[in-house]
Amino acid sequence: MNAVLNAPVFADVPTPPFVPGPAGTHITIRGLTKYFAGWPLYENFDLDIPKHRIVSVFGPNGCGKSTLINMIAGLIPIDSGEILFDGKSLKDTKIGYVFQNYREAMFPWMRTIDNIAYPLKLEGRSKAEVDRRMQELVASFDVKFDLNRYPYELSGGQQQTASIMRALAPRPEVLFLDEPFSALDFEMTLFIREKLQEVFMQTGTTMLLVSHDLEEAVYLADQVLLLTKRPTRVAEILPYTDVRPRTVATLSEPSFIATKKLSLEIFQREVRR
Amino acid sequence: MADSTATGAGSSWTPPTAAQAAAVPAPPLRDKALPFIGPVILFIVWDLVVRLGFIKAILLPPPLDTIGALINGLAGGPLLGDFAVTVWRTLQAFAIAAVVGVPLGVVLGSNEKAYRSVEFLIDFFRSTPSSALIPLFMMIFGVSDINKVAIAAFGALLIVVFNSAYGVINARKQRVMAARVMGATRWQIFKDVLVWESLQPTFVGLRSAVSMGLVIVIVAEMFIGSDSGLGHRIINTQQVMNVREMYAAILAAGVLGYVLNIVFLLLERRVVHWSGR
Repeated sequence: MNAVLNAPVFADVPTPPFVPGPAGTHITIRGLTKYFAGWPLYENFDLDIPKHRIVSVFGPNGCGKSTLINMIAGLIPIDSGEILFDGKSLKDTKIGYVFQNYREAMFPWMRTIDNIAYPLKLEGRSKAEVDRRMQELVASFDVKFDLNRYPYELSGGQQQTASIMRALAPRPEVLFLDEPFSALDFEMTLFIREKLQEVFMQTGTTMLLVSHDLEEAVYLADQVLLLTKRPTRVAEILPYTDVRPRTVATLSEPSFIATKKLSLEIFQREVRR
Repeated sequence: MADSTATGAGSSWTPPTAAQAAAVPAPPLRDKALPFIGPVILFIVWDLVVRLGFIKAILLPPPLDTIGALINGLAGGPLLGDFAVTVWRTLQAFAIAAVVGVPLGVVLGSNEKAYRSVEFLIDFFRSTPSSALIPLFMMIFGVSDINKVAIAAFGALLIVVFNSAYGVINARKQRVMAARVMGATRWQIFKDVLVWESLQPTFVGLRSAVSMGLVIVIVAEMFIGSDSGLGHRIINTQQVMNVREMYAAILAAGVLGYVLNIVFLLLERRVVHWSGR
């Protein structure tokens, strides 16, 4: 009588084998699942993000563009899945993040220069190292405003410039940009767009850019990642290979116009679906 | 901004500076006089009411006499001693409230579960008029000087704890996220972000606390067998119908409260220089 009659049944669900991305992949996302209020936002989502490239994320409202990069950056917990940076986990990876709302991203109790140096202080760098890095950054950004001021004393564009400098200070492997231009006027958008392109050409930092402006998304991108409505999947990944530096003239190149047109078509197809 | 030429790729282009806004023209002199209009009107009405006999001079002394008594009293008269005692008690109570309340509030605020578990107590006693607890404190501390300070400190403490805790709880989430994404540990986030974020509400708490401290000290001086302090003086002069001295003491208490408030406002503007920007 010792035999257990109705023993619980365990189904042995095999974990899917890990499939690495193609050569040159930087961020590998496998089986990413995220539920919001009981509904799937991402379900078994796979994506490979290439190294030394700028990927622009574009998609319908509410498809979770920002959520995607926030999950990759570790700001929002994921329900299940795996995200690896060159095979490493997030905690072994140095990342930079630029928020849309620069006013609430900088620390107003610190001078701008100390804001920019803050990630280096967290790493425990010596004063000499910090100073050297600050000088490099100031030179490469060609900063014309006074970094000894407090952030709230600067214009919006200057604050966003400073917060990009802060994100780049520790030489991150990946830079996340969540709608970095949305709170800026047109002049500043142009200025910061050029700065980002310069930095990218100097350093080749992998960048992940969320944008709600298609022209902006294509202009900076090596790849345009188009997402579907939720539950979100990859609709299409469009390559855009025009040489850098791209300029105003690029905006009227046939290749640019074609990529933008195709992106828009895919976007509209997904919105209507 | 008008002189800059936006050309997309232009390398000679510089970002517009915030300092380019033209200086705001100074308001005319007439506007500067506005704050004095109210007090002057009050003064005239007061004087007329007494002069025309609407209120007997035994209940309300003429304003010039009262202000004379106030100035004489504060310039070395007996009023000065009582004034100093009240200031000293208020500052003691405030110091206790601040030294205990700010750290306690910040720690409670950074651990939301801990705060939720004592929230009712804080809200309840914050809503209880502290003067209602005077008899209770008399049982504990007796009719002493410590009693007055203790009850004022208690009333002020709750305000400080509440404001500091909410300052931490309502810290801008994005600043916390920014620190986290840069790799800050929990302790680093606490000391580099949360404490700073809570500074402004903490100052609001401290300012209300010093006002509350003053109120309770004056009430305690009136009713807990006291031989000094503004409250004691107000009650004593009232009982012998020395209304000139009584009004002078009331005005002195008003001056004290007003000055304390201004001092804390100025202090707040210096320390929390980013407030409202």
